[in-house]
Amino acid sequence: MKKGVITKVSGPLIEAVNMENANIHDVVEVAEYKLIGEIIEMRRDKASIQVYEETTGVGPGEQVVTTGMPLSVELGPGMLGQIYDGIQRPLNELYDLSGEFIDRGITAPPLDRNKVWRFEPSAQVGDEVKPGDILGTVKETEVITLKIMVPPGVEGKIERIEAGDYKVEDSVATISGQDVTMIQRWPVRRGRPYQNKIDPVRPLMTGQRVIDTFFPVAKGGTAAIPGPFGSGKTVIQHQLAKWADADIIVYIGCGERGNEMTDVLNEFPEIIDPNTGKSLMEKVVLIANTSNMPVAAREASIYTGVTIGEFYRDMGYSVALMADSTSRWAEALREMSGRLEEMPGDEGYPAYLGSRVADFYERAGVVNCLGSDNRTGSLTIIGAVSPPGGDLSEPVTQSTLRIVKVFWGLDYALSHSRHFPAINWLSSYSLYQDKVDRYIDENISDSFSDLRKQAMSLLQEEQSLQEIVRLVGQDTLSDEDQLKLLTAKSLREDFLQQNAFDDIDTYCSLEKQKRMLELILTFHDHALEGIVKGLYIREIDRMKVRERITRMRFIPEDEFEKFEDIRVEMEAEFRTLIADREAQDA
Amino acid sequence: MLKEYQTVTEITGPLMLVTDVSGVKYEELVEIQMQTGEKRRGKVLEVGTDNALVQLFEGSDGINMKNTKVRFLGKPQELGVSPDMIGRVFDGMGNPIDNGPQIIADERRDINGLPINPFARLYPSEFIQTGVSAIDGLNTLVRGQKLPIFSGSGLPHNQLAAQIARQAQVLGTDEKFAVIFAAMGITFEEAEFFINDFRESGAIDRAVLFINLANDPTIERVSTPRMALTAAEYLAFDEGMHVLVILTDMTNYADALREVSSARKEVPGRRGYPGYLYTDLSQIYERAGRVKGKAGSITQIPILTMPEDDITHPIPDLTGYITEGQIILSREIYNRNINPPINVLPSLSRLKDKGIGEGKTRKDHANTMNQIYAGVARGRDAKELSTILGESALSDDDLAFARYSDAFDERYVNQGFYTDRTIIETLDLGWDLLKILPREELKRISDALLDEFLGKVD
Repeated sequence: MKKGVITKVSGPLIEAVNMENANIHDVVEVAEYKLIGEIIEMRRDKASIQVYEETTGVGPGEQVVTTGMPLSVELGPGMLGQIYDGIQRPLNELYDLSGEFIDRGITAPPLDRNKVWRFEPSAQVGDEVKPGDILGTVKETEVITLKIMVPPGVEGKIERIEAGDYKVEDSVATISGQDVTMIQRWPVRRGRPYQNKIDPVRPLMTGQRVIDTFFPVAKGGTAAIPGPFGSGKTVIQHQLAKWADADIIVYIGCGERGNEMTDVLNEFPEIIDPNTGKSLMEKVVLIANTSNMPVAAREASIYTGVTIGEFYRDMGYSVALMADSTSRWAEALREMSGRLEEMPGDEGYPAYLGSRVADFYERAGVVNCLGSDNRTGSLTIIGAVSPPGGDLSEPVTQSTLRIVKVFWGLDYALSHSRHFPAINWLSSYSLYQDKVDRYIDENISDSFSDLRKQAMSLLQEEQSLQEIVRLVGQDTLSDEDQLKLLTAKSLREDFLQQNAFDDIDTYCSLEKQKRMLELILTFHDHALEGIVKGLYIREIDRMKVRERITRMRFIPEDEFEKFEDIRVEMEAEFRTLIADREAQDA
Repeated sequence: MLKEYQTVTEITGPLMLVTDVSGVKYEELVEIQMQTGEKRRGKVLEVGTDNALVQLFEGSDGINMKNTKVRFLGKPQELGVSPDMIGRVFDGMGNPIDNGPQIIADERRDINGLPINPFARLYPSEFIQTGVSAIDGLNTLVRGQKLPIFSGSGLPHNQLAAQIARQAQVLGTDEKFAVIFAAMGITFEEAEFFINDFRESGAIDRAVLFINLANDPTIERVSTPRMALTAAEYLAFDEGMHVLVILTDMTNYADALREVSSARKEVPGRRGYPGYLYTDLSQIYERAGRVKGKAGSITQIPILTMPEDDITHPIPDLTGYITEGQIILSREIYNRNINPPINVLPSLSRLKDKGIGEGKTRKDHANTMNQIYAGVARGRDAKELSTILGESALSDDDLAFARYSDAFDERYVNQGFYTDRTIIETLDLGWDLLKILPREELKRISDALLDEFLGKVD
């Protein structure tokens, strides 16, 4: 054992000497409390260590012992449905150990050592295998089958492999003399290996209209949600976690509110995933390092989460990772950087902020996984950003926008008028739009992208028309322009707005999105025709069918014939109006 | 025996460097005996092999480097807790200042507390009736929530906080209840206002007060909210009480933190506040909540004055990111003589949805809440338009919304500081106001509710 001696303590940063044998990024145990820390800097034999727990009561002269291992996570069966802190300590176990408050120096293994799993081999004795090859499967939850893969660095001939009930540490196979268990350990700061990356083209369906229709994210892509407090970042993140059609969800609560994680813990198990028909929790891993938990562990939580996500990606699953909020992670970086007395960059953030942010988001992607079956898996990363004062020019937002491909800009003004989700349709963008359009047009409906473009141009025209209205009033506009305003309002209120707390409206399939959009635009076309035939905009505004259009979002997923009813009613009402008008004119 | 050092080598602002020390621990409490015999306290901010940087709670005035004796007490800053604290007044460091006897502590606790395990939390869902319509009806407070009041200098946030402390109750229960009041850097008059108000309403008998006034040592303020919350945790989770904690004024707290940070020559974040302000504030605010297996709860109402009424200033900004909503007071509304001057549009209670509805308040609550909001927003827009283009430019609907918005301010918000409305009164008043609007504009309320509460129409 290599032992060092503490020479300085400053909050979560300590310094220790006699550390020449330790490696940078090794995990160490600090002082008699055995606090967990990580070496982040070495100068001769002096190591700077960030400590993942409170350092109250620690002083110079106490011991530091290195474990000789970098900060790693345990990957294996039992992670789904679990809630971990930033360094993968299971919070339910910690609760059993120390009650409602998290004491220092307590620890528990991330994967239950006593739980027995049924292993079904798919490879046979005598097979030549290499890293990434699948040895067999374990049914981890009702919906997810965990694949036991040959760990990186192991290859050769399978000498023994047997079906049976195993604990995670038991050997399930022997490959060229090496025992393979169900656990893999992997250092969190290093991306897990794959064969090669592929361009993401398939959309991640989220059931959120403004996202799926206007600003889609591809599976394996990256997206950012910056917004001031109260603009609904967390609700959107929760909605994505609940309804996205990914196989696995990794949700990281990074430096955010404790009660939000409690909400997730209460709510997710109750939600029935529309893609599997089973409880959502069967496919979710939660990482909770709330704002009052130690700041260094907050820094690690992002990496812990992404490594777990990569592990499931490597099995060929599509994984979606939500990080709420990456700004708190960046602040943790800033705090450690300040204590290391590094030269600060913008707003006190370290100069390497941009490269750290880029490193993190680059771990997303669609990949050909290791292994001879050439399976593909994807990892989508969606990060919330909390810019101070809602000012998007601040360093974290800017470094994020340089790298992500989708920007969902949240708007304070929208949230004030209770327009939720408060994603501003004029400032947001998605660089996957073209690829996703092609995919949807080919696979779902060939008219979808045209509808979207028509709707978007109406929304954009509304902006400039509104300016005129603000100056000279609505009456000066032509009937056509007034109709554009009417339709744009309908798009905003009946399509873009979506109530996350309504049982039906909370999730909207792409098919329903298409039908809704079609109805609004069909109404627009009919009205335009009506105006030509002499209808007044006021009459159109007061049409009875409009009431039904405002309520179409509450049409359940299995009653789509109602859309057809509304269309029929709409056409009839237009016909009557026009007939009346013509009768009067005659 | 504790060692005594006379090796103070540097004093800058509230910080003191002691050299040639050994065995000192981080965050350890320090006792300083001055040449005059006066004793002061401090805590260790940073410790090296043979020196320790000490933060002085009472400042460094008059300390003589040569003759000052320093002792390290071998424990972090603690508060002795006991049920006898109720009804007592303490200074910002937890010493009684009401001429009563010393508290005989059941237990001494580190004032920094420990983080609550998110797994152990219970989601706040019990409705607290504050008797203030703009809060109960639209920004509902629930037990275990942290809901700050964002105010500005000169606005009546103290009256509102006192009103809440006076009127707050959970419907249909008669449980043990306590108020903890922590004053940080407020004036004598403001503190007297609270003490008198508590005395008049009898709340003083179930209150614990921690008072750090504007002329008390600045650095002491860094400890005051932690003292208060340590007492709160004890009363809530050991004694099973429902505790309402009022912290005022968090702006003074953050300024004290900035003072320590700048004395340490740390790299400043925005507006000179330390980069760890968010983490520090969260360690205060996150001590609110309910936990599994414990009867009590901690509800926090921090008050902060926004410098220049600027909500993007780091203190309200970071607070808003941590707390579960905010109640915003507006100078413009106050100037129109509307009290309490709550600006409902930007105000928000994030936990309201689980605290309202059938069985908690009434089944129409959620629907009407959204409708009232939307109506006020539209009414304000209409009024803005009419100031530019004149009232004649408004449509009939817009006129109705403008009238509705005025009536809302006048009748719903403007209830004064001494009216205590039940939630039923608040909800009925809401319906009364909605009658001003055309029924077909009430899109956020289901037909069934409209029929039931507005009377059926064909």
